[in-house]
Amino acid sequence: MSKLYMARNPRAAARSLDGEMMIMSGRDSTLFTLNRTATILWQSADGATPLDEIVEKKICAEFEVAPTEALADAESLARELAGHEILQISDGPITTPNRTAGEK
Amino acid sequence: MSLLQEVNEKALARNIPLSVQIDLTYRCNERCVHCYLDHDDHGEMTTAEIKHLLDELADAGVFVLSLSGGEIFLRKDFFEILEYARLQKQFCVKLKTNAIMVREREAVRLREIGVESIQISIYSHRPEVHDGITLVPGSLRRSIDAARFLKSQGLRVIFANVLMLQNVQDYQGMRALAEELGVECTLDPTVTPMMDGNRSVLNLGIGHETLRQVFRDQALVGDVDEFCAVPAPGDENSLSALPCSAGHTACYVSPYGDVFPCVQFPLPTGNVRNQKFLDIWRHSERMNEVRSIRLKDLTTCTSCAHVGSCTRCPGLAFMEGNMRGPSSQDCEKSFARTGVPSANMLAKKRVAVDLVQIRTLSTSSVALVAGALA
Repeated sequence: MSKLYMARNPRAAARSLDGEMMIMSGRDSTLFTLNRTATILWQSADGATPLDEIVEKKICAEFEVAPTEALADAESLARELAGHEILQISDGPITTPNRTAGEK
Repeated sequence: MSLLQEVNEKALARNIPLSVQIDLTYRCNERCVHCYLDHDDHGEMTTAEIKHLLDELADAGVFVLSLSGGEIFLRKDFFEILEYARLQKQFCVKLKTNAIMVREREAVRLREIGVESIQISIYSHRPEVHDGITLVPGSLRRSIDAARFLKSQGLRVIFANVLMLQNVQDYQGMRALAEELGVECTLDPTVTPMMDGNRSVLNLGIGHETLRQVFRDQALVGDVDEFCAVPAPGDENSLSALPCSAGHTACYVSPYGDVFPCVQFPLPTGNVRNQKFLDIWRHSERMNEVRSIRLKDLTTCTSCAHVGSCTRCPGLAFMEGNMRGPSSQDCEKSFARTGVPSANMLAKKRVAVDLVQIRTLSTSSVALVAGALA
C-alpha cells in the first residue's frame, strides 16, 4: 500500500488563534477553522513524514482510536483539505513545499 | 453568525489584532487631488525593520495584512517583503495600489506568491476625469491594463472609487467598466482630511443633495426604502456596542513605524522602532483609551436618533477635535440617507441661532440668517 505525504500549501494563509488554526484557502479565499485533528495534520504536514507515521505518533497518541480507523479518517481529511488547496498531497515526499514559482 | 464573525468575536475577547494595515511608503507616482498624505520620505522603515515587524505581527496573531501606501510598487524591496509575509509568515495579504507599475511580469509574480485581493484606485471610466484626479496623464489606461493582467492570472481585483465633485457623475460608467472587466467595485463618498489636520480637501465632497441621490440609487444600496428608513431608537444593546474595529481587532502602522488605531485615526500610540508591537497594542494608554469607548460614552451621539445605525468614524471625530464626539461627515451621511438631522447638526443649528441673537446685526440681517436656519 502506497504512503501518503502532505505539505502545507504555500498559497494558503494560516494563523493559530488561541490554539485553533484559522486557514484561508488559496483557491477561493474561503475561511476555515480546523478542529484538533485537522490542526495536527496541518502542523505535521512537512512534506517528508508519511501520513501513517503522523497518525501513529500524533493522532493515536492523543485520541483513543484504532490505528486503521484513524488512518482512514485522516486520509479522507487530508484529501478534503487538499481539495480546498490547504494541503498538498502526494504518493512521495514533497521536497519543496515552500516554493510556488511555476505553480498554477 | 458567520465563521468570520465568530473569528472576530474570538479575537476581540482575547485582545488579538486580527487585521493590520502597513503603509510601506508615502511616496507615490500619482498626485491625487483628494489625497490625505504628504508624499515625501521622512525615513521609511528598512526591509529588515519591516520583516522584524512582520515577525512580531505574526506572533501577535495578526491574520489579515493589508499592504498599502503611497504606492507600494515604488519600494524596490516590495516583492521581497511580500514573499516574506506570504511564504514565511503565512499572512492573508491584501494589496492597495494604483497598479500603474503592474505589467504582466508583476501579475505573474503576484499569482505565484498568492494574495487575497488587489485593490486598485479608479476614479472614473473616462481618462479625462480619472487622469484629472490623479494628475498623471495616461494613468487610467495603465491601471486598466494592470487590472487585465491581474485578472488573466486569476487574481481577485477590486476597484476602489472615492466620490467627489469631479467624478460623481461617472460612478455608473465606472461600475459598468468593472463589470466588463469582471472585477469588483466599491464606492466611498467620504473624502478624508489630510493627516496634518488640513481639512481643505473636504471641499471636494459631493454635498448633501448629490449624496441624497446616490443613497437612493437601487443599484448601489439595494432596497432603497430599507436603506433610507428612519432609524430605530438606540437601545441598551446598541449603546454598549463598539464604535468600530479600530484599536479592538485592527490597527495601522505608518512607513515610519508609528502605530495608530486606524489609517483614518491619526492618534500616535507608539513606534515599533523602539517598542515591541505587542507592548504598544496591549499597554499603550492611548490605545486603551480608544478601546474603552462605547457608544454610550459619546458626548453628543448618545442622544442622536441615528445612534444605533450611524456609520460614525471615531477617527474622523478625532480629527474634528474629540474622539468621543460626532463625525460631521457621518452626520451628513445619516441625514442624506434618512432626512433626519443628527443631534450634532441640531446642536450646531442652536449654536448658530444663539450667535445670531448676541451679535449686533440689523433687523433685516437677523431675519435673513434666522430664516435660512429655520
